[in-house]
Amino acid sequence: MEFWKDPINTIFASLLKSFTSGGMSEVLATILIWLIGILLFVTFAMVLDIFLVWIERKVVARFQDRLGPNRIGPFGIFQPFADIVKLLIKEDITPVGADVILFNLAPIFSMMSVLLLWAIMPFAPLMVGVDLNVGMLYLVAAGSIGTLSVIMAGWASNNKYATMGAFRTVAQMISYEIPMVAAILVITVLAGSMGAVGIVEAQEIPFIFYAPLTFIIFLISAIAELGRSPFDLNEAESEIVAGFHTEYTGMKFGLFYAGELLHSFTFGGFIALLFFGGHRFFGLEELGPIVGALIFIGKALFFYWVIMWVKYTVPRIRIDHMLAFNWKFLTPLAFILLMVTALVGRLFLESNWLVPALFLSNILIAWLTVEYLKSHARKEREKEEALKPSAQMTQH
Amino acid sequence: MQNPWIYIGLFVLVGMFIPIAAIAIAAFLGPKKPNAIKQSTYECGIETVGDSWIQFKAQYYIFALVFLVFDVETVFLFPWAVALNKLPLFAVFEGIIFILILLAGLVYAWKKGMLEWA
Repeated sequence: MEFWKDPINTIFASLLKSFTSGGMSEVLATILIWLIGILLFVTFAMVLDIFLVWIERKVVARFQDRLGPNRIGPFGIFQPFADIVKLLIKEDITPVGADVILFNLAPIFSMMSVLLLWAIMPFAPLMVGVDLNVGMLYLVAAGSIGTLSVIMAGWASNNKYATMGAFRTVAQMISYEIPMVAAILVITVLAGSMGAVGIVEAQEIPFIFYAPLTFIIFLISAIAELGRSPFDLNEAESEIVAGFHTEYTGMKFGLFYAGELLHSFTFGGFIALLFFGGHRFFGLEELGPIVGALIFIGKALFFYWVIMWVKYTVPRIRIDHMLAFNWKFLTPLAFILLMVTALVGRLFLESNWLVPALFLSNILIAWLTVEYLKSHARKEREKEEALKPSAQMTQH
Repeated sequence: MQNPWIYIGLFVLVGMFIPIAAIAIAAFLGPKKPNAIKQSTYECGIETVGDSWIQFKAQYYIFALVFLVFDVETVFLFPWAVALNKLPLFAVFEGIIFILILLAGLVYAWKKGMLEWA
């Protein structure tokens, strides 16, 4: 019975006992067991990634009124394996004049930055790689390595399109990191903890009810961080071919692609963790950590689907609009929300009115924002109409 | 329990090993028949003119500067956010004043026209 309550630590303890009984020091044994555990964990992530490719292709096909892969295996489920074989036997081309070291390191860093995020993913109370007390800061820091890999890829390719894509990425990813960090700060204020497990434990009521607007800000900035449509300017195929990975072929391209999909799934998981109670689901998680982990993966898949839904519905926006939207709208709004949440949360601390007060303050801010945007848009429109009287003449 | 950062370090190693292994297998299995045209820089079939490592728009640099200010300041806000519920109400106002100064910086950059993509 002990195993079902806490599978990871039970296996860990029994392995540690058998390792140390052979005369191995405890530190070395721990590190060795950790290494085996991480290898299994990362392999699980990669296998999941293969199925994410299949899900992505199936879902995008449905969005575009197609069937998607349906030849290999039932519902085409073995299609991604065939893709992997194809990618493995492709010739690997390095363009002339490329910076070979950076060119090869970029896809590795891209994949690594995503896998690093998995170290703090709390699948269930006791099924978490490591519960860092600075978990959320780690999330932001490890995510930044992805930005670095894109710059490395773009710069090392010795290609003008790739360089342009990389520059755009710098502007986009670093800009949208600010509202994302502000949204995480709101959650930190509410949970009183930066650790992933602590945040899940604090959610007797999911944080979506405490901070609905923050959820929207986090979702938008997460999509921008991922570089998916409507923010896929770094690989806008109608403008700059494929952006930073124009020169990549075979498995190196595959790593970028797989890394992007795994990144969206990971962010789906973090949305579930920060706003929807992680593995909690109406007391169902009491059945055991494995059920909790399944609930968590289910929620993450749902938000993976939401990110896909946005991607295949919304067209790409222009770079000046994108940056203006971030700096002139999302960032001020996120910081105003942080101030209001801190104040209201502190005033109603330990009170039954905490959730209604925070929810209502969010609604109020949303309403004020919409009213302000309306009046601002009206002013802009009037200014424009005053500039071109001829257009008005033709209308009448 | 050992230091959790050892775990993170191991994760970095494994996280680098898996993609390196994938690339190594691909390099082993794939054909190797390089030629000059295949390896030339892709520019939609047109030969490249000049250097690819061009001067880039200074506007990117401005955005990076604004970002740097915000990123450093938010790191200071994290400890405040964690301890908020244990602090007196006065600390909340201190934090709010800190954020307001930060936003005043944003408004200054805005009015100076730093945020315009010219």
